[in-house]
Amino acid sequence: MEKTKVIVGLGSCGIAAGAGKTYEKIKALRQAEDLDFELKKTSCIGMCYCEPLVEIIDETGSYLYGEIDEARAVEIIDRHVMHHIPVKEHVVRTDLFDTTDNDFIENQIKITLRNCGYIDPENIEEYEARQGYRAIKKITDQRISRMDVIQAVISSGLRGRGGGGFPTGLKWKFASDSITSEKYIICNADEGDPGAFMDRSTLEGDPHSVLEGMIIGAYAIRATEGVIYCRAEYPLAIKRLTIALDQARQKGYLGKSILGLQGFDFDIHIKEGAGAFVCGEETALIASVEGERGMPRKRPPYPAVSGLWKKPTNINNVETYADIPWIILNGAEAYARYGTEKSKGTKVFALAGKIRRSGLVEVPMGISINDIIFKLGGGIRDGKKFKAVQLGGPSGGCIPEYLSHTPIDYDSVTATGAIMGSGGMVVMDETTCMVDVARFFLDFTRKESCGKCTFCRIGTKRMLEILTRITEGKGEQGDIEQLEDLAYQIKESSLCGLGQTAPNPVLTTIKYFRNEYEAHIRDKKCPVKVCKKLLTYEVIPEKCTGCMVCAKNCPVEAITGEQKQVHFIHQEKCIKCDVCFSKCKFEAIRLS
Amino acid sequence: MRISRIHSEPEIREQGSVDLTPLEPLLVKYRGKKGSLIPLLQGAQDIYGYIPGEVFEKISDVTGLNLSDLYGVATFYAQFRLSPVGKNIIKVCHGTACHVQNANTITDSLKEALQVKDGETTQDGLFTLESVACLGCCSLAPVMMVAGEVYGKLTGKEAVRIIRDIRIKENN
Ligand SMILES: Cc1cc2nc3c(=O)[nH]c(=O)nc-3n(C[C@H](O)[C@H](O)[C@H](O)COP(=O)(O)O)c2cc1C
Ligand code: FES
Repeated sequence: MEKTKVIVGLGSCGIAAGAGKTYEKIKALRQAEDLDFELKKTSCIGMCYCEPLVEIIDETGSYLYGEIDEARAVEIIDRHVMHHIPVKEHVVRTDLFDTTDNDFIENQIKITLRNCGYIDPENIEEYEARQGYRAIKKITDQRISRMDVIQAVISSGLRGRGGGGFPTGLKWKFASDSITSEKYIICNADEGDPGAFMDRSTLEGDPHSVLEGMIIGAYAIRATEGVIYCRAEYPLAIKRLTIALDQARQKGYLGKSILGLQGFDFDIHIKEGAGAFVCGEETALIASVEGERGMPRKRPPYPAVSGLWKKPTNINNVETYADIPWIILNGAEAYARYGTEKSKGTKVFALAGKIRRSGLVEVPMGISINDIIFKLGGGIRDGKKFKAVQLGGPSGGCIPEYLSHTPIDYDSVTATGAIMGSGGMVVMDETTCMVDVARFFLDFTRKESCGKCTFCRIGTKRMLEILTRITEGKGEQGDIEQLEDLAYQIKESSLCGLGQTAPNPVLTTIKYFRNEYEAHIRDKKCPVKVCKKLLTYEVIPEKCTGCMVCAKNCPVEAITGEQKQVHFIHQEKCIKCDVCFSKCKFEAIRLS
Repeated sequence: MRISRIHSEPEIREQGSVDLTPLEPLLVKYRGKKGSLIPLLQGAQDIYGYIPGEVFEKISDVTGLNLSDLYGVATFYAQFRLSPVGKNIIKVCHGTACHVQNANTITDSLKEALQVKDGETTQDGLFTLESVACLGCCSLAPVMMVAGEVYGKLTGKEAVRIIRDIRIKENN
């Protein structure tokens, strides 16, 4: 009989939710009770909403437990491992019986995330055991030519997952056409879109799949050196990549004469980003790797012709590389079976915001926004109403509820005014103010503009000033038109994608939520009561019971009052944090 | 990262007040390697917590790069600091997911509790308050990171409590 396995999910999100403590607790229990089970680590399974996650695999099957803190760890080890009685009420996912969360996994198709949550990312053998490094072996064993590798990627229809959606195979072809002795291959792991974490999870959960994708790319275009440019905010991803690189070198997947193939010399190193969103743009990224200020430059020449150190360079996103080994092993047709005519395969989305089940999902292209939010995501949290979804981060836009039947593919999303982007999907409910969201993104792009193009540098600042004025109740007639005017000028006069797309969040919110702008400008009201300058918090004396909950919870001690007496909010101290409003059980706090 | 970019001047201190010996291994490691300015600055910041003026001069001497170029790179990236920071850096996430879930409240409560502005350090030198754009734990929004550890599903009150606990630990 196989030993029972207990697997703890230790991705960044899991650790933040306390998975490290859960792991230590289980380890201590095993020692104290001298229990005979195998304790293992894995990374994010995608069900971030119920971290920490612990999977128990025994002779009957697999049970995934959610929200396992130390106390519950004791419970499941005692009942399930020691007494063989699964603790059904904590199981979030299993094939053995229905759970409320089964449909979160069942509607997914995992290609990019094929190993995430199943293997220990710090152990190369576990990757190998799931067909890892078989794709590159297939290439070297069967002497598949460079052209055939590139052709397979072209036929698969894979488009770059970093946001642009450029066909990957074509890009590789361009890079392979340039003839020099020195060529580079870069993995873009800068993931700057705030609210997206697909690349982080992939790197933390399955770093070898990205390395293998890069090695195959290196073979195809004859690259000699690889660079992974990773955000410094992802220390765990960097750590696991470093381990993976060492292991891959030891096993001969990197270094000289890879897998015995004469002349196939290739190695990869990591460059840590230093905190600049614009460095996600490929030419800025290259400048940053060279040790310069990360400012984009004009294209052409494209990196495929003149990239890092002016040598031909191929640059792709983390997810793009992670898909490659699967395509080589399973064939281009297998990949192209998923998706729509022009957008093939699957795509990973990071669901966040006001959604019940936030986490990572991988779905075939062409699935509708509704399906993702309601079928997989379980709908909106706290019974609120769905209002809009933000796709594509600061370069994207907000798609309103009435367009939520839109299929997710590159062209349909672009038609709404948003962009597919890298896969961040922030869900907003009826309590989200769209003007505030637009202001938030403009604030972001203004700070992140590298300053090279005048319109991007100054135009975003002017737009931000107008938006700020509107949210403070100082909007004027004509502001909307001026915003639109500035938006088009910035789009047309900026060199790189940052400026060209920066106005998108404003344009889409004006397009779909113009009435909210007008309410702020004309009536000086924030319809959903978010814009603080337009609000005051007051106690309704008739309803206040003097329970003191608001006063106790107020972070700035702006509320005074004795027990069983009506309380009072001191406006000069109030920071409008909304805590009293949300904590009051008697609806005795009024916003006006 | 989105630390509000306060362009502070490099600290001018008396010559010799910064011990440059810990820098040596770093300089040796990257000697003669192209494109190593950013790792050099990152390494220096790991050692000192910020990049002192003398370190700039030293790196400039060794690499032959202009001081103005070094300054240009250091001020371009949000990661680099030109003045000392507190012992614990509090990074409050202001990414999209955290923003729509009241990240401002977290920063506001901390500002009030610590009596600092965004980007400043407390008087006792224990904490520096910063804003970042997305820590990649969006499903736990709103989120903050204190001394490398991530705390999720926060409220203003909870954030203040966490900081108070750390302060009590530090003072003991
Ligand atoms: C402002 C800006 C930020 C970007 N950020 C990223 C990023 O964080 N990650 C990424 O993979 N691509 C990013 N890109 C897209 C890259 O320029 C490039 O298209 C991509 O890395 C190519 O890889 P792909 O073809 O696999 O998508 C960004 C582009 C712009 C204009
Ligand atoms: S938006 Fe805060 S962690 Fe991503």
